[in-house]
Amino acid sequence: MDISYDLFINAVIAGLLLGGFYAAVTIGVSISFGILDIVNIAHPAFIILGSYIAYILNTTFGLDPILASLIVLPLFYALGSAIYQVYYQSFERRGQEALRGLAFFFGLLFITEVLLILVFGVDYRYVEAAYIGPSLRLGVMDFPLRMLVPCLVSLALFGALHVYLSRTFIGRAIAAVSQDQLALQLMAADPIRIKRIAFAMSIATASIAGALLIVIQPIEPSVGREYIGRVFAICVLGGLGSLPGTLVAAMLLGLFESFTSTFYGPSWAPAVSFGFLLLTLAFRPAGLFGR
Amino acid sequence: MSTFKFSLVLLAVGALVFAAARYVGNDYVFFAGYTVLQFIVLATAWNILGGYTGYVNFGSAAFFAVGAYTTVFFHNLYPLPIPLLVVIAGIVAGVIGIGMGYLTLRLRGAFFAIATLALAVVLQTLVVNWDFVGGSRGAYVIRPESVPILGNYINYLFLVMLLLTIIALVVARTIERSQLGYGFATIRDDEQAAEASGVPTLKLKLIATAISGAFMGMAGAPFPYYIGYLEPSSAFGLAYAVNSIAMPMIGGTTSWIGPLVGALVLGITQQVATVTISSAVNLLIVGVLLVVFVVVAPNGIVGLIQDRLRARSK
Amino acid sequence: MTALLEVTGVGKRFGGFVALDGINLSVPAGERIGLIGPNGSGKSTLVNCICGTLTNEVGQVTFDGKHLNGLSAHARTHAGLARSFQLPRPFASMSVADNLRVPLMFTVNARPGTHLSAAELDARCAELLTLVALDHKAHRFPRDLTQVEMRKLELARAMAADPKLLIADEAMAGLSNSEVTDIVALLIRLNERGITIILIEHIMRAVMSFSQRLVVLVSGKKIADGKPEDVIREPEVERAYLGQ
Repeated sequence: MDISYDLFINAVIAGLLLGGFYAAVTIGVSISFGILDIVNIAHPAFIILGSYIAYILNTTFGLDPILASLIVLPLFYALGSAIYQVYYQSFERRGQEALRGLAFFFGLLFITEVLLILVFGVDYRYVEAAYIGPSLRLGVMDFPLRMLVPCLVSLALFGALHVYLSRTFIGRAIAAVSQDQLALQLMAADPIRIKRIAFAMSIATASIAGALLIVIQPIEPSVGREYIGRVFAICVLGGLGSLPGTLVAAMLLGLFESFTSTFYGPSWAPAVSFGFLLLTLAFRPAGLFGR
Repeated sequence: MSTFKFSLVLLAVGALVFAAARYVGNDYVFFAGYTVLQFIVLATAWNILGGYTGYVNFGSAAFFAVGAYTTVFFHNLYPLPIPLLVVIAGIVAGVIGIGMGYLTLRLRGAFFAIATLALAVVLQTLVVNWDFVGGSRGAYVIRPESVPILGNYINYLFLVMLLLTIIALVVARTIERSQLGYGFATIRDDEQAAEASGVPTLKLKLIATAISGAFMGMAGAPFPYYIGYLEPSSAFGLAYAVNSIAMPMIGGTTSWIGPLVGALVLGITQQVATVTISSAVNLLIVGVLLVVFVVVAPNGIVGLIQDRLRARSK
Repeated sequence: MTALLEVTGVGKRFGGFVALDGINLSVPAGERIGLIGPNGSGKSTLVNCICGTLTNEVGQVTFDGKHLNGLSAHARTHAGLARSFQLPRPFASMSVADNLRVPLMFTVNARPGTHLSAAELDARCAELLTLVALDHKAHRFPRDLTQVEMRKLELARAMAADPKLLIADEAMAGLSNSEVTDIVALLIRLNERGITIILIEHIMRAVMSFSQRLVVLVSGKKIADGKPEDVIREPEVERAYLGQ
C-alpha cells in the first residue's frame, strides 16, 4: 500500500494526542468501575455536562474553558458525593447493585442527556480559546494545539491523581477499598466515607474531561454515548483500576482510531472503539496486563 | 390456570381489544395501540433476561433494529408476508443474542451490560455504512393501502402485533412456571450456588438471551411497514432501550404481569403526552420515573400492590 | 481399590500469591475426613478447585475414576460431588422447599436413567426436610431462618443432589455448643448412609468427634495427614496451628 511518510507520522501524532485525551476521559471510570466496582455508565453523560458548563462560562464570561472547569470542580465533587450517597443507601447496602444499580445509572445517563437536549437543543456548540486553531509545526510533524493542550492537561491530571492515590493516606485507603475492607477498618477508616470521596473524585474529573472535550470538538448532547464504548474499552483493557494500564490502553485506542479514520474514513470511527470493547471483553477481560 | 386456559383467556381479551378498536374506527387508535403493544412485547422480552436472570441488556434497540432491518433487507430483495418476516427476524435476533452471550456471559453481569451497549453502536455503524438497506439516508418501505377482509393496512399491523404480544406473554408466563424459570431464578439469586446445585448456568443464560433477543427482533420486524420510512437513528433510538428497561422496572420484574403493567402505564402515558407535550419532555418523564422507581419502589407497581394487599390481610 | 477422590499435585496462584502448593490427597469411599488449617491456609481454595468454582493451573483432580479438570462446577455436581458454602448461600427468592427442589430438578433428574415425577420430587423434598428437621419451615423463605437453620438448609441442599462425596465448608461457624453437636450428629448420620464426607472446620471439638482422619493445611501446603489423635500431637501442627 502506498502510505506517505507524512501521513503516517501525523496519524501517529494525532493518535497519541487523542489517546492522551482519552486517558482523562477514562480516569473517572477507572476509579468508579475499576477500583470501587460501581458500574457508572452515566460517566460520559457527566462529561458532556462538564462540556456544556465550560461552554456557558466561556460564552458568557469569556473564561478559558479549562480554567472554567477547575472553578466548577467542587460542584462536580458535591454532585458525585450526593450520587454515591443515594447509590449506597438504595442499592449497595441492600446488595441490589447488579440489576437496580445499573438501571439507576442508565436512568441518570438518560435524564442528563434529555435535559441537555431540552436546554441546548441538538445543535453543535463550541468554545473560543487562543489555542484553538493554531498548530505547532516541527518539520513534517504537525501538533494542533487544539489537541496538544488537552493532551498535556490530561497527562497532568493523570499524574496528579496517580501521586495522590499512591502517596496520601486517603489515596492509599481508596486503593485498599477494592482489596481489603477489613484492613481498611483496622486503619480506622470508614469504608463508606472512603468510597464516597473516591466516587466524588471520579465525577470531579468529568468536569475537566468535559472542558477538554469541547476544546477538541464541537459537541451536542448525544456525543456522550460514543464515549461509553471508549471509556469502558480503555478501562477494561487497562486492567480495571490500574492507572498506568489505563494510560497505555488509552494511547492504543487513540492510535487505532486515528489510523482508522485516516485510512478508512470517519464514519467507521464509532464502531472501532465499541468493536475494540467487544473484542476486549471476549478475549482479554482481565486486561492487557492481566493474568 | 394451565397454559392452555391462559392462552385462551388472552386470546379472548385480545379479540375484545381488537373489536373495541374497530368499533371506535379511528386510525389513530390503531397507530397508538400498535406502539403500546410493541412496548409490551419489548418489555416482556427484556424481562425474560433482565428480570428472571438478573442480566441487564442495554441494547434492546439493537435487537429491535435487527428485526426492523431484516424486514428492510427482504423488502429490497424479495418482499415476504409480515408473519414470515417476524419469524425470520426472531431467528436472526436470537442468533445474534446467542453470539454476543457466548462472548460475554461467562463474565460478570456488569460486563455483559456494557457489551450490550457496545453492540448497539457497532450494529448501528454497520447499518449506516450498508447501502443495500439504505445506509445513513434511510430506507422507504411503502406499505400497501389495504389488505383483504381487514381493510386498512394499519388494522393488519395492529393484529399482527396483538398476536405477538399474546405469544410473548404466554411464553414468559410458561417459562416462569417451568424448570427453566427455576433455573433462571437461581442465576438471579446466586450464580455460584446455582452451579453447585447442578444448574448449567451458562447454557440457561444463553437460552434466556436468545429468547429475549428473538422477541425484541420480532417486535421490530413489522416496524418499517408501520413507520414507512426507516432511518438508523429511529430504529436504534435510545427511547427503545430506555423504555424496555423502564417498563419492567416500573411495573415489577419478578413476574410476567410487571412488564405488562409497566408497558401499559408508561406506553399509554407517552401516547397521551406526545400529543400534548414534546417527545423530549416525554422521555425525560420516563427517565425520571425509572430512577425514582428503582430507588423508592424496588419491586415496581406490582410490588407496591402486593405490599398493600398483604398489609390489609394482616 | 482406588480412592473416590484423588487430588494429585494441585496448585493455585493468585497473582504472585501461592494459595495452594502441590496438594496430594486421596479419599477412599465412605471415609469421614476433617480438613483443618489456620485462616488463609488454602482450605477453601482447595474446596473451590475440587468443586470447579476455581480452576487449578497445575495438578489433577480425579473423582470416581473420572478426570475433572476442565469440567464446570455443575458437571461436577452431576458427577456426584456436592458442597455447602462457608457462608450459607440460599436462593433468597425461593421457599425452603423450592431451594431443595433445584438440585433435585437440575442434578438428580439430569442423571441418565432417573426421572422423578412431580409427586416423587415433593416426597424427596419432604424427606430431606425431615432429615434436617426443617419440615415445619418448608414454605418459609431463607430470610425467616435462624443461623443454625440456614446451615441445615445449606447441607440439605447439598444432600438433595444425591452426592457420593459431600464437602462441608465450615458448616458450624457461629453456632452454639448444642447446635454444633446437632450438626455433627447429622453429618455422621449422612455418612452412615454411605456418603463420604470432608469437613472443613475450626471448632476442634467438632472436628475431633467427627473425623476418622485429619488433614492439616498450612500456607497452601499439606503438613500432616493421619489419625486425628496422632496428627494433633505432631510438633509441626502444634507450632503452626494449635500452638498459637
